[in-house]
Amino acid sequence: MKIPVSAIRLPTRPGREYESRFDREQSILKMLAIPIASIILASMVTTLPIFSAGPLLPPFGLLMFLSWRLMRPGLLPIWSGVPFGLMDDLFSGQPFGSAGLLWSLAMLVVEIIDSRAIWRDYLQDWLIAALLIIAVLVGGWWFAGLAHAAPKPEILFPQMLLSILLYPLVVRICARLDSWRLAT
Amino acid sequence: MAPPPHRRPGFSRKAQYGLFATYVVAIAGTIVAALLLTISVVDPTGFSALRAFGSEVTAPVARVINDARQSTQAITHNVSAYIDAASKNVALEKELKAHRSALIEARALHLENARLRGLLKIADEDAQQVAVGRLISSTASSTRRVATLSIGRNFGVERAQPVRGPAGLIGRVIETGPTTARVLLVTDSENLVPVMRASDGLPAFSSGLGNGLVLIKPLNLGESPFKVGDIIVTSGNGGLYGANIPFARVIRKTSDGALGMPFADPANTPYAVVMKPYLGEARAAQQALAPDGETKEVAE
Repeated sequence: MKIPVSAIRLPTRPGREYESRFDREQSILKMLAIPIASIILASMVTTLPIFSAGPLLPPFGLLMFLSWRLMRPGLLPIWSGVPFGLMDDLFSGQPFGSAGLLWSLAMLVVEIIDSRAIWRDYLQDWLIAALLIIAVLVGGWWFAGLAHAAPKPEILFPQMLLSILLYPLVVRICARLDSWRLAT
Repeated sequence: MAPPPHRRPGFSRKAQYGLFATYVVAIAGTIVAALLLTISVVDPTGFSALRAFGSEVTAPVARVINDARQSTQAITHNVSAYIDAASKNVALEKELKAHRSALIEARALHLENARLRGLLKIADEDAQQVAVGRLISSTASSTRRVATLSIGRNFGVERAQPVRGPAGLIGRVIETGPTTARVLLVTDSENLVPVMRASDGLPAFSSGLGNGLVLIKPLNLGESPFKVGDIIVTSGNGGLYGANIPFARVIRKTSDGALGMPFADPANTPYAVVMKPYLGEARAAQQALAPDGETKEVAE
């Protein structure tokens, strides 16, 4: 068992305020909370007063979810697509359960890809994310069409393009959050 | 990127079972999500309480940001009003003179209309407003066009009440929460609105296209009678939406109808008025006799 530094610190001289920079512990709370909170907050972006004529706003929750998954494999458990997806359904306006199912399927697909293509670079990750974004958007359109009258699928194209182009930005935000998460 | 360590559990039985359990949980979760989706496809209003919870939680932030957005819009509007103020003033004065006589005529017509209605003893149900709120967010990432209204059951907002803005019809209420409500916009594919051409009362139906436009189809078959620039208003047929609410302007003619641009832009409307359903009492009486979905056979 590791003894915290503060415990072995000698009764110091008055005036020595700084903590040792060696052997500090990461905050467990930060390590767990940052990925979860960032995905949920990204899902909530749609509740800001943004009005668009058609579906144009990229599904930021999905982008954040995919970038955490592709950047840090093993951080999110395989089943995490269901709770995050259901949370996204609360805010997106889709029929409840559609993102829960689609995100979970996306998670399983990434898991299968992970077992085949082990060593990947950033461009391949982007390609995987692009294909999954297209699949999830089309799936969401189809599920919404089962429950309600649906518009033509062409209106999804701008959103698909915007989401795929915004993915690198989300990965960078995610990487910043990750270095903050693991900082001591 | 190397595979994470947990994918190679080695010979540890515990680790192997643990990995297997996560797969089982993942697949079970997927099936549960599929079941939830099936339920919400069969009964689209089933999870409205959960969605209402979601919009209630996020509404305070959306309200504050919406206020800030609207006040910045007002500032830019005020500043831009100073540009070309003199020439604008002259043009507006000319317009005012032209409109003054038209307004007097319209008032006289209104009076005459009321008198004739009185003679014919037409019981006129005025469009009564329930409450006034604002649109605070919309489903900008979904193919559905649903907006969130800043007021809910606390102001007496209920399902199936029409919502209009100062410029025209916005939509109807589909779900209500304690302090928020969700409004199905007229541009949603599911929203059918009985409309007519303002100039001659040509009856038509409007359905949303999901991209900010509406498709207007006349009831009569044949070549499209619309022209670009035609003004479309609601007709009040079938109740729910009151008559003569400004609805859309025709921007393109198609082979069997027209594409219209709704007057009310949800992004720009300063307030939204929730109104009582048009002819709601008559509708209630009809429902009491023969509810929707149950056709009663007449006993011979």
